[in-house]
Amino acid sequence: MSDEQVKMINLTIDGVRVSVPEGTTIMQAAETIGIYIPRLCYHPNLSLMGSCRVCIVDVKEMGYYMTSCSVHVWEGMEVETNSPEIRLARRDIVELLLDNHSMDCQTCERDSNCELQNLAYSMGVRERLFEGKRKCFEIEDHGSAVVRNSNKCILCGRCYRVCSEVQGVHNLGQQGRGFNTIVSPAHVADMDESVCIQCGQCVNVCPVAAFLEKGETEQVFAALGDPGKHVVIQTAPSIRAAIGEGFGMPPGTPAEGKMITALRRLGFDKVFDTDLGADMTIVEESAELLRRLDGKGPLPMFTSCSPGWISFLEKFYPALIPNASTCRSPMSMLSALTKTYYAQKAGIDPRNIFMVAAMPCTAKKYERRRPEHVMDGSPLTDAVVTTRELIWMIKSYGIDFANLPDGKFDAPLGISTGAGDIFGITGGVMEATLRTACERLTNAPCDKLDYTEVRGVQGAREATVKIGEHRLNIGVANGLVNAKILLDKVLSGEKQFHIIEIMACPGGCSGGGGQPYPPRGWRILDPRLLELRGNALYSIDKAKTLRRSHENPAVKTIYAEFLGDINGPMAHKLLHTSYTAKEPRGIK
Amino acid sequence: MSVSATDNWPKVEAQSKSCLPERLVKLIESHRGDENPQGALIEVLHAVQGHFGFLGKEELDAVAQLMQVPAAKVTGVATFYHFFRLRPRGKYIINVCMGTACYVKGASAVAQRVQQELGIEFGETSPDGIFSLVSSRCIGTCGLAPVVMIGEEVFPKVQPDQIPAMLAKYKKLAAEPPPGD
Repeated sequence: MSDEQVKMINLTIDGVRVSVPEGTTIMQAAETIGIYIPRLCYHPNLSLMGSCRVCIVDVKEMGYYMTSCSVHVWEGMEVETNSPEIRLARRDIVELLLDNHSMDCQTCERDSNCELQNLAYSMGVRERLFEGKRKCFEIEDHGSAVVRNSNKCILCGRCYRVCSEVQGVHNLGQQGRGFNTIVSPAHVADMDESVCIQCGQCVNVCPVAAFLEKGETEQVFAALGDPGKHVVIQTAPSIRAAIGEGFGMPPGTPAEGKMITALRRLGFDKVFDTDLGADMTIVEESAELLRRLDGKGPLPMFTSCSPGWISFLEKFYPALIPNASTCRSPMSMLSALTKTYYAQKAGIDPRNIFMVAAMPCTAKKYERRRPEHVMDGSPLTDAVVTTRELIWMIKSYGIDFANLPDGKFDAPLGISTGAGDIFGITGGVMEATLRTACERLTNAPCDKLDYTEVRGVQGAREATVKIGEHRLNIGVANGLVNAKILLDKVLSGEKQFHIIEIMACPGGCSGGGGQPYPPRGWRILDPRLLELRGNALYSIDKAKTLRRSHENPAVKTIYAEFLGDINGPMAHKLLHTSYTAKEPRGIK
Repeated sequence: MSVSATDNWPKVEAQSKSCLPERLVKLIESHRGDENPQGALIEVLHAVQGHFGFLGKEELDAVAQLMQVPAAKVTGVATFYHFFRLRPRGKYIINVCMGTACYVKGASAVAQRVQQELGIEFGETSPDGIFSLVSSRCIGTCGLAPVVMIGEEVFPKVQPDQIPAMLAKYKKLAAEPPPGD
């Protein structure tokens, strides 16, 4: 549409004349002149709700205050965002939100990172005028990944909107009425008994601490303090691109070296790289793809790294389970290798190894508890901490992260290629697969390294990639509502794909449910933030000499010394898994 | 695409259908293809409660699956409206009038005694399934205040100490086989 066709609307906001396209909301119009209207339930990635009333403004000629998030501008409109009356009304609204709130900031995980707390402060709430009845609901912390505390909930509805509109899971909803309203799964069921896929996006978008990851830092500290334990940590690709945000570094700053040093100072005996697990995944997965392309197994093949996606597959699309790669995730592969290959090499009883995984993900907490990832009675991974938890651990040790010298990952599970790094952003697994599959399919070296057609953080992408005489139809999706678009095409037979990468979270692991709450001035799920984190990973990849997983010398050694053949019996036992339909069955 | 061996829909569908009488399954199916699949939800829940007397967990899940409306939405509606009940009602409804006349004549003490005897609050059903306790604002017999109804029977000018005997009568009735058996 050309500029002439857009009708411009002229209005004044706080006395400033502004001209914006028709259909702009008051809130958006105010932002164009640098006025940030306070808000709570509003989120640009989600549908409008207008329930919190925090963003009210005074519109001359109207007899009542209007919510600026939902009202479109009109010609000649006169808006006041900060008159004494509107400031008082807005503060009253926030005070009423607080009247039955727990107000236990000092012992709350969100302290200093809470939108309600920030809002109350900036509205000038300095005393508790309305002392209401406190909520007294049972805290649901029986699950493996997500904890629900409805006492802190302010019913803004962001969690159930993200669950339905971004993830298509529809697990959360308002239950009951009036004062007894809570947000929970059907029947107020425990998360693990519901259709929850443990992605943690409810935790991400919650402005307070009504949803949190299940904390595992205490187990990790206990293991670190146990002289009988050999405590090993592995770190996921995307963490190095996000962890710096927790220490005041600008978003998109790679912080791999400082992170490794911080982990050493926390006392971990070995710091391994999940990127190596990612390289192993590519080697196994591309061999599996070749077998499937050879007619041995259904097409398309789905990637299997994202445990939220795997849970979604089992609950919502069980008919397509045979299409999922049987590869364990990079985390579980690396844990399996640590407790077998590394234990043997280092002469350590695997029962004395405590394997910690630092992940951008809440669903990894669920994955580690799955019976498929338990070997000889003990879990492959003993604890999973999110990026947020790791940041907190480092802070609680008083480590000056930003000024740490760079460290390096430990042998023998610390070498990785650029292909492993880009696992942390949507499209990365596909790109890494293509780099290896290209050489395997053509039996010749391939020059192409950057498959830009699969990059970007848009929801669902389709492309056809030419490799030798092969034309591979590929699909990439992040956010499960987008995955549904591709999955429904597979189910209906509308399009013949060869390989589809699916990441449960928006932006892939960069937008995982365990990533840092964004720094001030940024909002969660902001595509620009996810892109910055992704760019950090692409820059790490670009700087590496080795950018194809199968060229990783550590990978070659592991096969030569320990595993034998790619996709061989030993590799199958340690690096592959299986899936089954799960109930309750999800409703799309 | 052929039906995959890993799909659990045939099992879930059969299980859901077995929870509901055929008439209700047909009602749900008659709405298949509606523009808004959630539009008929309240009508269906009314019909299910009409049949069972309440909305049980299995029945709600069956409605969700057969209508393909997310279960959290179904239970959200069922718990929002006062008309819907999630638990079976007792055989006899105890209705304590809390209207103005009964209230000033001591209905609170009467209600308290009933709650104490049965160990339940208003809106709840005794564990043995015999009594459900409700209150109403006025049953129109203010001259008899305070009034309690058990089933169809009206008890006038009730004193708290009469409650145990009133309950015992209906407990005994509940234990008797229905007439004609």
